[in-house]
Amino acid sequence: MLFRGIELKDKKNTSQSETLTLPLPEQVSIMMEQNMGAPCEPLVKKGDKVQVGQKIGYTNAVLSAPVHSSVSGEVVEIGELLLANGKTCKTVIIKCDGLQTVSDEVKPPVINSREDFIAAVRESGCCGLGGAGFPTHVKLAAAIDKKIDYLVLNGAECEPYITSDHREMIENGESVISGAKSVMKYLDIPKCIIGIEGNKPDAIAKMQELTMNEPDITVKKLKKEYPQGAEKIITYSCTGIVVKEGEFPADKGVIVMNVSTAGFIDSYLKTGMPLVRRRLTVDGTAVRTPCNISTVIGTPLRDMLDYADCNPDIVWKLLIGGPMMGLCTYSIDYPLIKTANALLAFAAPLKTKKYIEANRQTACIRCGRCISACPMGLMPTELEKAYDKKDKKRLGKLKVNLCMNCGACSYVCPARRDLAAKNQLAKALVLRKDMGGEK
Amino acid sequence: MENLTVTASPHERGDVSTAKIMTDVIIALIPAMLASGFIFGGRALMLTGFCMISAMGLERICNFVMKRESSVSDLSAAVTGMLLAFNLPVTISYFKAFLGVFVAIVVAKQLFGGLGHNFANPAIVGRIVLLLSFPAAMSNWAVPFYDDKAIETGATPLAVEAFSYKQLFLGTVGGSLGETCKAALLIGALYLIAKKIIIPAAPIAFVGTVYLFSMITGRDGLYQILSGGLILGAFFMATDYVTTPITVPGKIIFGIGCGVLTCVIRFYASNPEGVSYAILLMNIATPLIDMATVKRTPLAKKIIKQTAAEETK
Repeated sequence: MLFRGIELKDKKNTSQSETLTLPLPEQVSIMMEQNMGAPCEPLVKKGDKVQVGQKIGYTNAVLSAPVHSSVSGEVVEIGELLLANGKTCKTVIIKCDGLQTVSDEVKPPVINSREDFIAAVRESGCCGLGGAGFPTHVKLAAAIDKKIDYLVLNGAECEPYITSDHREMIENGESVISGAKSVMKYLDIPKCIIGIEGNKPDAIAKMQELTMNEPDITVKKLKKEYPQGAEKIITYSCTGIVVKEGEFPADKGVIVMNVSTAGFIDSYLKTGMPLVRRRLTVDGTAVRTPCNISTVIGTPLRDMLDYADCNPDIVWKLLIGGPMMGLCTYSIDYPLIKTANALLAFAAPLKTKKYIEANRQTACIRCGRCISACPMGLMPTELEKAYDKKDKKRLGKLKVNLCMNCGACSYVCPARRDLAAKNQLAKALVLRKDMGGEK
Repeated sequence: MENLTVTASPHERGDVSTAKIMTDVIIALIPAMLASGFIFGGRALMLTGFCMISAMGLERICNFVMKRESSVSDLSAAVTGMLLAFNLPVTISYFKAFLGVFVAIVVAKQLFGGLGHNFANPAIVGRIVLLLSFPAAMSNWAVPFYDDKAIETGATPLAVEAFSYKQLFLGTVGGSLGETCKAALLIGALYLIAKKIIIPAAPIAFVGTVYLFSMITGRDGLYQILSGGLILGAFFMATDYVTTPITVPGKIIFGIGCGVLTCVIRFYASNPEGVSYAILLMNIATPLIDMATVKRTPLAKKIIKQTAAEETK
């Protein structure tokens, strides 16, 4: 209604599949860099016995969240894992004993104030479960000395395939509401809006039913349009509040939180069990039985694919997250991280030659489709030209920092240009001081 | 398996491609082509086919000589050839038509870098060069339904204002190949709009301006719209992606500019027709219009407005 996005095919094959619990893997490998921010340092060493919920990684950096063991067992190795972006990251590899003994560290937190609440959220290892993985406590701490008017629960789930938030609302709706109520209580937020895209009528009905007697919580049906679930967009769609370049929604009196995050906060406040398990959608063309799986953090992706009847040999591309913003992994033995809301395995295209020909980059024909697709009203084709000239001034003028890498421009480009990827390079270029750019 | 493909997001792409867009444009031009065959006989179809094939051939040769990847498959050369043929009188010789195609494809398009880099619409450049080089051959209008053995020639409606609206709309008047049958052109234009290939901003501004200008200066607005190459130019050439502004406000400015120039040339210059000159002149102004107009969604507008307001504080 208020912004222009693009239409994507839904492909939500799993919206009616109840979440299945994956059997415990033999071994988990828990990365010390689970979410956006600084990586943690391992607190355990080889040979240590660990239990479920025990803190095994920590750092003092503000933008970070601690990491907990998701299983009970023995640390067999502190390894290094190469990430798809070329960095390496420490991982704690734990051999499961199958007992899942719960650590004594796990007990419901005692909360008397705002600060206690934010500290507890930090201790829970919670980060945004919608995909981007921003540590939740940082988001809440931004609100500590401000008046927050709205809590927006993000149930838009605008990417194709993914249904994990949808299932959270259906299966765990009570927790979502009660989590939202806790956040509202501790941060003195008067109003809560749950934004759900119109393609999930059952989730909207369920949420409306649960909030019947809650005058402060409203459910808002959003138009099905990509990228409805982006933070700035959903803030605008739900409250009409505009979040500017470089601002957090908290600066404008809004906190945006994924529905699954709210559900997790509720369970943490009640049980004290940190974030060691999550729900994700397993789907894609290489997967024979798409499903929603609940499993422990650190499970090898191979186990999940096996469970979903996917032949590992035909996997050509493996995505963590949705097809629009998800990240590719290079190996099927990569472990599950906290932020993965979907695991999509794609088989190689049948007609390779035709596929390559159809996806070859050709010259921009200035059709303007990227400009009408951009939800932030940027001009991706102009940004691309400015980046190719390394013109920092023009990039700044064209507001490249408003780009959130939703990929809508690349999606619609008839010349198959990698506009979204160029924008990310341009953002990095603007930050660099040594490139001059005073043209 | 350790060798999975890793690429930057997004991992899915839409199904619109340059070749599909060009195919749609060709489909949209087919009614006008059939109409020209009906009105001017088989030679019209032959000429159109000749221009399309020679345009694609020249494009391929250019690609080869300039060591570029072949761009024939994107069909933009075929569209250029078709549009150029539509701008020629049916009596023109194949050699002259070939010269026009050569100017359009080699000079106006490939020498500037190929598709996406040409500053002016190749078909229009081709037509104007032919018009300046062979003024007699280029205004040798055949009368509709002529006899193949003895081609009679007549005047275009712009030179003598003596045709009914119905004749003009159905195209049974003298003129260039594809420009006479407005009904067929409008069917094609509606197809393009329905398929969202073009947005009608520039054509409406163009046609509207011509109507208003004519009425203000005391001429018959509808007659001006229906005669000459206005409909062809407005819907198929003023909507060319490469050489027109990229934003909607820019497209409207472009259309208004085209309309004013067309009228000025038609009414006050020595040439009876001004559509192609008007579009060429506005093509040249396109980078300036682009610089002046930036498209914003309501959300981005608000974000930028608020940022600006705070910076001035």
